Amino acid sequence: MTSEALPLAGSLRKRRRPGEAVIRGLLFIAAALSILTTVGIVFELGNEALLFFRSEEASLAEFLSSTHWQPAILDFGIWPLVLSTLTTSVTAMVVALPVGLATAIYLSEYATPRVRGTVKPVLEILAGIPTVVYGYFALTFMTPLLRSILGVSMVEIFNTASAGIVVGILIIPLVSSMSEDALHAVPMSLREASFAVGATKLETSLRVVLPGALSGITAAFVVSISRAIGETMVVAIAAGAGPKNFTFGEDSLFGYILNPFVAGETMTGHIVRISGGDLSYNSIDYNSIFAIGLALFVITLTLNILSRRFVARFREVYE
Amino acid sequence: MTTVGKPGVNERKSVDLSVPGRTTTEAATYTVAMEAVDLNAFYGKFRAVRDVNLSFRDRQITALIGPSGCGKSTLLRTLNRMNDLVPGARAEGEVRFHGQNIFEASVDPVELRRRVGMVFQKPNPFPKTIYQNVAWGARINGMRQNLDELVEYSLRQAALWDEVKDKLDESGYSLSGGQQQRLCIARAIAVKPEIILMDEPTSALDPVATLRIEELIQELKVNYTIIIVTHNMQQAARASDHTVFLNMDSDRAGYVVEAGTTGTLFTKPARQETEDYITGRFG
Repeated sequence: MTSEALPLAGSLRKRRRPGEAVIRGLLFIAAALSILTTVGIVFELGNEALLFFRSEEASLAEFLSSTHWQPAILDFGIWPLVLSTLTTSVTAMVVALPVGLATAIYLSEYATPRVRGTVKPVLEILAGIPTVVYGYFALTFMTPLLRSILGVSMVEIFNTASAGIVVGILIIPLVSSMSEDALHAVPMSLREASFAVGATKLETSLRVVLPGALSGITAAFVVSISRAIGETMVVAIAAGAGPKNFTFGEDSLFGYILNPFVAGETMTGHIVRISGGDLSYNSIDYNSIFAIGLALFVITLTLNILSRRFVARFREVYE
Repeated sequence: MTTVGKPGVNERKSVDLSVPGRTTTEAATYTVAMEAVDLNAFYGKFRAVRDVNLSFRDRQITALIGPSGCGKSTLLRTLNRMNDLVPGARAEGEVRFHGQNIFEASVDPVELRRRVGMVFQKPNPFPKTIYQNVAWGARINGMRQNLDELVEYSLRQAALWDEVKDKLDESGYSLSGGQQQRLCIARAIAVKPEIILMDEPTSALDPVATLRIEELIQELKVNYTIIIVTHNMQQAARASDHTVFLNMDSDRAGYVVEAGTTGTLFTKPARQETEDYITGRFG
């Protein structure tokens, strides 16, 4: 018996596929572009901020310790701006996290496909409204509302609470949409497992689905907090147009320093107000806004790192 | 909804699963754990299960076999109203459990599912520790005391205790597929159900793990009524006391062709359809 190989129809020789290489290259460039942009921004931010910290008028120590931001008399303490940003952001998160998460749980676990199909697009429209509109919504609706509820003497015309609440409303769609995606991604089999041992819908949602979606929900929260910290237009319009300078010991902590119903300029609000005018290049004022920008960047970066640690620790990994 | 006269065991017009040739007195003494009467199941307008009349005997293993898509799983998932979770799914007719129709408005599906547990096709442990997986059902049902004992008991019943007793704090996912499925069985047992529904519980497992589960099912029947869907006829022949053969029409609605003791159904099927299926002529 002899063996014989089957004759080969056509050739096995490696074929060139230039299209594949081109696409691969283009995709790589697209990915590289976003990284390069980030690197460029950080570099420029650091560069200009360095000029500020090295200048004779300012120092890093003063920047981090002083509680007065008065560029006119060369006082450059970041704390008044940071605390106002903190107030608006915390207020925003108090509004956005519970409402956004509750919306997400409702949409993912309770709503019929029809309701979900209606509510989600509406939420996305909410996300598409220009923030300047929200700014005037804060100033002309939310502030009068707060003043009518809490009293004119308690709530100033420009105040961080009103801006914070509206920033919160602004980011509800972000929280709910990202959280809903995370909840929806939890496998149906886990819900079934829960129902099969006699769990109710609420028990299943809160104790199986929510922990399973923790990493995605944390990501949603961090993106939202970063958004709240970085939000500019609403706070520029409604929160106040001057740093809330204070002195420890003299000013009451909750009556003034952290009081959300008092006007206070946030970091972003200050940047936009200063840079809007006739700011001359390379002046100390000009450089100072880069220092503020860098501080903002450091804050959001820290939040990101902390959240990663949090997720790594508490995440429930499913397969 | 259909109403059937008296719910007495002997008067019902369901398919009798008793062994042919046995005396009627013997056949009349068995207890029925659950009973389907003129049961139809739908997804929207599509009828997936048609006119099913069956009784499932207490502390026996009943296997549901039939070709893919014939409604076996739908039928099973209707028995503890798991299909309520599927949008558009509904059932007509009756499923009687302790004489009560489970579709009645007064029946709490949550309580029903605690008494009629389920094990799924793919092992689906929670992304929690082995201990928490087993204790979970008991915890949500308000049990706080003696959880350690319950966990050990359930894991022993599921023949998993010796393999996991030293790593109860590890994730359920650290186990092999077969162990995960036994963990799911332990989780089902921990809430002390009366009936355990199994939806192709070994289809994702290798032959050794499959055999392990089949042995386990035999042990479980002392305490629990088991209804198992399988597409594996050898499994039905090996592991069940009674077998129900379902087939589907041209309109894809599943119906019961024949039901009987496993021995009879596989050796002397009454219907040609059944014989064709079990001898591998189709399906």
